[in-house]
Amino acid sequence: MINALLWAPLAFGIVGLFLPKRATGWWATLGAVVTLGIAISIAVGFDSGSSGLQHAVDVSWISGLGVDYSLGIDGLNLFLILLTAVLWIGGIAFAAFREQERPQLFFFLMLVAETATLGSFLAQDLLLFVLFFDFMLVPFYFLFGSWGSDREGGPTAAAATLKMMIFTLIGSLLMLVAAVAAAIISADGGHLTFSIAAIQQQGLGVGSQRWLFWFFTAAFLVKMPAFLLHGWMPDAYRAAPLPVLVVFSGVLAKVGAYGFLRVVLPLFPDATIEFQEVVLVIALASILYGSVMAFTQTNMRLIAGYSSVAQLGFITAGIFALRADGADGAILQMVNHGLVVAPLFVIVAILVERTGTEDIREVGGMALRAPVLAALFLIVALATLAMPGSANFIGEFYILNGLFQAKIVFAFVAISGVAMSAYYALRLYQHAMHNRPPSQQNNGIASREIGWRDGIVLAPLVLCILALALYPQLILHRTAPTVQQTVASVTGGSAPEAQLASNNGPTGLKRPNNGRLRPIDREEP
Amino acid sequence: VNFQEPVIDYAGLAPIIALTVGLCVVLLSAVFKPLKRGAPALTLLTLASTAGLLIWQWGESKSLITGALRLDDLAISISLIAILTAGFCVVISTRERAVEEAGSGEYHALLIGSVLGMVLLSQAQNLVTFFVALETLSIPLYILCATNLRREGSLESGLKYLIIGSLGSATLLYGMAFLYGGTGSTGFEGIAIGIAHNGMLGDPLILIGIAMCAVGLAFKTSIAPFHQWTPDVYQGAPTPITSFMAVATKAAAFAVFLRFFDVALGPQVAEWQPALAVLAAISIVVGNVGALGQDSLKRMLGYSGVAQAGYMLGGIVVASEAGVSSLVFYLAGYAFMNLAAFTVIVARERETPFGDSIRSVQGLGAERPLLAWPLTIAMLALAGLPATVGFIGKLYLIEALVEGDYTWLAVFIAVGTMISLAYYLRVVAAMWMRPGGETVAGATPAIAGASPEADPVDPDARRRWYLVGPALLAAAATVFFGVIPQPLVEFAARAGASLFG
Repeated sequence: MINALLWAPLAFGIVGLFLPKRATGWWATLGAVVTLGIAISIAVGFDSGSSGLQHAVDVSWISGLGVDYSLGIDGLNLFLILLTAVLWIGGIAFAAFREQERPQLFFFLMLVAETATLGSFLAQDLLLFVLFFDFMLVPFYFLFGSWGSDREGGPTAAAATLKMMIFTLIGSLLMLVAAVAAAIISADGGHLTFSIAAIQQQGLGVGSQRWLFWFFTAAFLVKMPAFLLHGWMPDAYRAAPLPVLVVFSGVLAKVGAYGFLRVVLPLFPDATIEFQEVVLVIALASILYGSVMAFTQTNMRLIAGYSSVAQLGFITAGIFALRADGADGAILQMVNHGLVVAPLFVIVAILVERTGTEDIREVGGMALRAPVLAALFLIVALATLAMPGSANFIGEFYILNGLFQAKIVFAFVAISGVAMSAYYALRLYQHAMHNRPPSQQNNGIASREIGWRDGIVLAPLVLCILALALYPQLILHRTAPTVQQTVASVTGGSAPEAQLASNNGPTGLKRPNNGRLRPIDREEP
Repeated sequence: VNFQEPVIDYAGLAPIIALTVGLCVVLLSAVFKPLKRGAPALTLLTLASTAGLLIWQWGESKSLITGALRLDDLAISISLIAILTAGFCVVISTRERAVEEAGSGEYHALLIGSVLGMVLLSQAQNLVTFFVALETLSIPLYILCATNLRREGSLESGLKYLIIGSLGSATLLYGMAFLYGGTGSTGFEGIAIGIAHNGMLGDPLILIGIAMCAVGLAFKTSIAPFHQWTPDVYQGAPTPITSFMAVATKAAAFAVFLRFFDVALGPQVAEWQPALAVLAAISIVVGNVGALGQDSLKRMLGYSGVAQAGYMLGGIVVASEAGVSSLVFYLAGYAFMNLAAFTVIVARERETPFGDSIRSVQGLGAERPLLAWPLTIAMLALAGLPATVGFIGKLYLIEALVEGDYTWLAVFIAVGTMISLAYYLRVVAAMWMRPGGETVAGATPAIAGASPEADPVDPDARRRWYLVGPALLAAAATVFFGVIPQPLVEFAARAGASLFG
């Protein structure tokens, strides 16, 4: 089952290479739908009470080097896999409705990218994780470089993509060294294995944890991207083709955050505690910097891009609160953010197609004759700013709650990010939909209702946002046991706070803030 | 007087005998009219039968000719890599201008001679056989580099290689003299015993000898700062010969490097380890930085070869079984990636008027996907990206280095790889992300851009199976062993075990 999930996209992609040009887009969409079907069937059978791996596969791959082909699903990755499967349908279908150059290759690369992304979420072997993490870049390199757009007065698509590759691989290659070192140090002359669980069990000395921690953390922070390591992001986002950006910004940034939960916290607990505040400072800087940039930019892609920097800052802060509720909120927020940013880029793509510009000063007035598009956009925008009632609100609440318990000073700074997100989200919405357009002739072309094609792509994503807003417990219940275990591996405690998320035990009552959470739970129908 | 007749193990010597016979037959074939066109076929036959004999000897571990040679899995695996490369070289030399100018029989005979040197070198465990084998390997190559008689660059390349190569050989020979003087033995094991038990440990005589031998071998393996000849010679030589030099020479020189340092100089390991590690680091930096600005693909691959030699030297630095295995694995992978790249360059040299400039591959992705894919895979593999043998090779080396407490060198490899992305991906970008068209428009002039003597464009080049086939084969192997590396890992592990087992 789990093998089918991982390799289905690749298999469809390879077959698609040999199909006629017209069919290949739909074939790829079918592949993505089949993948989602497999993912859903796994999710349905998921035992939400267990914190361990389910559907685990573990076969020796390179025995001489101690590398195993080891996959598994638990609370940490279940919903990220579903998110991946959902967003890839969106991205591929959106592209399939449009003419692509060399479509066979385009859709092949999209599906290869899906397999690589799923692989990095599923991998339970440290080296397999690094392998998929690095490999993800290859299809995106070609997608960005070959189908991207050169910017006038700026770098070409190829140059922007090269910058992205070098930035992200700096982290990834150091991570490869660190992964090998972690395995060898923990094996200590014994049987060499890269299994994350085995390395965790063996434990690593504090001295080695320190540098290994930073090698991994650097890789993850670049991928997100976090403040100071985001240099590749503006150029790459402006060069990227929009259907690809839907999946790229929706999922890939999450792999970094997921890496913290999967690798850094369990394997380097002492270093995590030691450097908690350093990472929190980086996270807060990302929140502030991303927010400020998001409301000063005029390019719609960059507004969405910088808002992702801020949101990923939130998620990192939630993880490094080192409390179960913070980490729970972080996972919920990863899914939320993916579901929000993907339709945002779809809408940006629609606007760009109609107006031919990516500058928010030159668009506007769209809501007048396109109420449905405006309504969908409004839902997305409100979810982005974490309106109460949206799942993003719950996610941010959990994160802030965890942060307040852990480091109150950081929490106060983080709160300002919530306020700022309201500004940039509404600004984007207002400029695009309501403002008077700068020229009348532009308005004539632009204000048109959303077509059924784009509606098919956009509506399911918005439905997912609404569904999660109504029932965020869907995620929280299932992630709680694993998250509790992961966080406990750092703090060492039995962590009763994890009960908060699963919301079903009297043990949680000991927590002073528990009362505050009750109203949210009761809000759910 | 009791005369003990030496035992000659014909089975063990069979590969060497086969090569020698093949060499004579191919050379003579040039004289007989009916066989004139048969030299490539005879060469391939010789190589195939030698490979067969080597595989038959796989697993053996014995000394030949009273200890002058050692037949073990390390020697056999390296010999197989060299023979595979030579086979590719023969196929992609088909219709090469250099072959016609130098004469098919001579060209191929020299190639076999060089392979013979490599097989001997990988087995050498005596200073005398070591040196003789090295010269047997080198002298045919000096000539082969200059076989493109009517092109200035080729002659320059041959001469340059001859002078620098002789300098390297002389340094090596001088170093050997010191070692012999210090230990009184020419056998590798004798030297080890001499160093360890005769109070010569740490003696300046020995240390100078080791340093000079290291420098001589660094010339041959193109390790910085002894690499200056590499880009020039690579660029000037006929491209099939460049591919052979880049892969096979490196493999054979590293094999003897391993055996000489791990066996003969083993007792002195604490002294040469850090020195070689520093050489490796310098090589990684110099090679990667040097490749950045290159417009000629062959020069770029030359500098990249310097960097890759730096990575591989890591396998010697750690002086462990894992080090030997990782080095052999990397060499095998390196053969596939480089052969794919060079084959595509050969094809484009004949199809376009741009020679080996990066312009020759512009727009290749849309125009000739069957050539673009192998070159793409080769570049990604050289850059060490996953799903290629390059990634596994780097992983293997890094494991060996970390185990041997040389984590800092592993970090150097990672940093070097990052720099290397800039130039490898530049080639990929040229193929896929830039419109072609120029090449089609420019295909009319029969004479290449810069040099009036260069090869004319071959209009039928598109249908040349003997270029597309090898390129696809090498690329397929690169991906195959990246996804299913287990067979190659076992192959390399046997080689490692044979030296340390």
